[in-house]
Amino acid sequence: MIEIKDLHKSYQMGSNTLHVLKGINFNVEAGELVAIMGSSGSGKSTLLNILGMLDVADTGSYVLDGVPIENMNETKAAQYRNKFLGFVFQSFNLINYKTAQENVALPLYYQRVSRKVRNEKALEYLDQVGLKPWATHLPSELSGGQKQRVAIARAMAAEPKVLLADEPTGALDSKTSYEVMDLIQQINDKGNTILVVTHEPDIAEMCKRVVILKDGVIVEDKKVNQKRASAYVQ
Amino acid sequence: MFNRDLWKEIFDTILKNKLRTFLSGFTVALGILIFVVLFGFGNGLKNTFNEFFNDDATNTFFLFPGRTSKPYKGYKSERRIEFDNSDLADIQKNFDPFLLYVTPRISRGAVVKYNNESNNYSIRGVAPAHQFAEQTIIMFGRYINQEDIRSRSKNAVIGRMVEKDLFKGASALGAYIDVGGLAYKVVGVFQDEGGDNEERLIYTPYTTTQLIEKNTDKVDQIIVGFKPEIGYAGAMAFEKSLGTFIREKKYISPSDPNGIFIRNVADQLKQNQQFATVLQIIVSFFSIGTLIAGIIGISNIMVFVVKERTKELGIRKALGATPRQVINTILFESIFITTLSGFIGMVVGISILTALGETLEDYFIKNPYVDTGVAIGATIVLIIFGGIAGYIPAKKAADIKPIIALRDE
Repeated sequence: MIEIKDLHKSYQMGSNTLHVLKGINFNVEAGELVAIMGSSGSGKSTLLNILGMLDVADTGSYVLDGVPIENMNETKAAQYRNKFLGFVFQSFNLINYKTAQENVALPLYYQRVSRKVRNEKALEYLDQVGLKPWATHLPSELSGGQKQRVAIARAMAAEPKVLLADEPTGALDSKTSYEVMDLIQQINDKGNTILVVTHEPDIAEMCKRVVILKDGVIVEDKKVNQKRASAYVQ
Repeated sequence: MFNRDLWKEIFDTILKNKLRTFLSGFTVALGILIFVVLFGFGNGLKNTFNEFFNDDATNTFFLFPGRTSKPYKGYKSERRIEFDNSDLADIQKNFDPFLLYVTPRISRGAVVKYNNESNNYSIRGVAPAHQFAEQTIIMFGRYINQEDIRSRSKNAVIGRMVEKDLFKGASALGAYIDVGGLAYKVVGVFQDEGGDNEERLIYTPYTTTQLIEKNTDKVDQIIVGFKPEIGYAGAMAFEKSLGTFIREKKYISPSDPNGIFIRNVADQLKQNQQFATVLQIIVSFFSIGTLIAGIIGISNIMVFVVKERTKELGIRKALGATPRQVINTILFESIFITTLSGFIGMVVGISILTALGETLEDYFIKNPYVDTGVAIGATIVLIIFGGIAGYIPAKKAADIKPIIALRDE
């Protein structure tokens, strides 16, 4: 699903060049649930942003679902993001003046799905994350866990090939974190490919594979025995 | 891009961000409103000015005969020059391209009687075109016409004050008045913005006057109206060649200052026009200033709006909005708000001007109005600049990588 070869990325910080990714080689098969771990500054978020086409690598190749991602202009990147990728952010990034349902329907709007169909679909996905009764609520009327579940529903609504989650539990307490991870596992069970960036070991243990980054290189890449989050959720 | 979904999305955004919508709309509406009102006041000032200074037509020459002060071509000096009907015809014939009209004026004083009332009035023998030279306004009946000239009829057009003096409020139309012993029929009553004295005149056909005076063909003065399109320079050139022509015809030395006199109102016209132009410039300055203030206002708000929405736009981009869609969202919203509020401001401004009407006449603002074209033009300018003001930051926001837009503060 994802093939990365010799990926480099550096940032210009004033007169200094910060070499963040120093040659990453990394493959992800369809249906995997991968945790990307590392201390802050290890380059894990940068890697995820490049995977999500939110950022561009300096050198190296990136093939997503058989499509080489190169020479992207913003328009093309936007279309690819819309078609291939779903995002879940630490700070939820819901549009605050839109209701839960409208937020979930937004990627479908950019896919030019008709209004009626996308509202139905949005409701369907909200139902899947257990928030159907909150469909008409604004993000400000939802708890943190609920917001993240709306964000996950929104990411899934576009039916992406890969779901990218950047610290999805970073702003949540552990109980809510497990609820969110339970949801992510359920989505993975249906065959979706998911990458989760986290620095919490217990969250990483709930994935099927853990990749550890340090100073811009992969130092460890192991399959783990997945812990089911549902065990922690009553 | 003009699909229903896009507009639905824009309306949603507008309705859910009422303060923002109100602020940007208010700036535009206020800008246009003040522009329209100021411009209207400016026009009102100009109207007052025109009323003060432009009572008579300004595109005219007055030709007076004089007495020569130099011998020329065998004629001695101190010779009296007189105009006659052939001069009228010659001017008409030679200067036709510049001419609007030519009219003679023969001024006489006479005692005018009606019933028991009588008074001394100036009688002017004129041609129909004289009406344009004096900008005489007919209240009742008609002016002297070509048929009067041809048949040398004893018809008279009397001033409003003459009617008031002699007829004591009754209608003079159709009545016969005694002018220096001859009966004239009153065919018209006029008024003149030049004041009471101008309304104590009586106009008769100049041919009738000539007939009474032993069938002479002499005229006192010649009034020449020229086409305003020839402009100031054209008028000056016309005056010069007209002078040369008459001097030649009447055997007056080209260097003789006294043979004939030409009073050129074009000079006055120029001064008036300059004053009006200065007034126009001042008004335009204020109006354009207001418009610029409006443009700056809307630009500021658009920059602020885009700044405020940077994160939202980043989210939209992460969800698959293309830069074009991002720009359109902002641009159409901005254009919609400016168009609607610009229109509202324009309508309110015009309504204010209409409502004020004549109430400000004491402050020298008469009949304030604004051309709908100007008002619409100003609105369009503001819409365009509102669009540009929205486009530049929107383009910037659309070019920002979503990752930067999404970065937590």
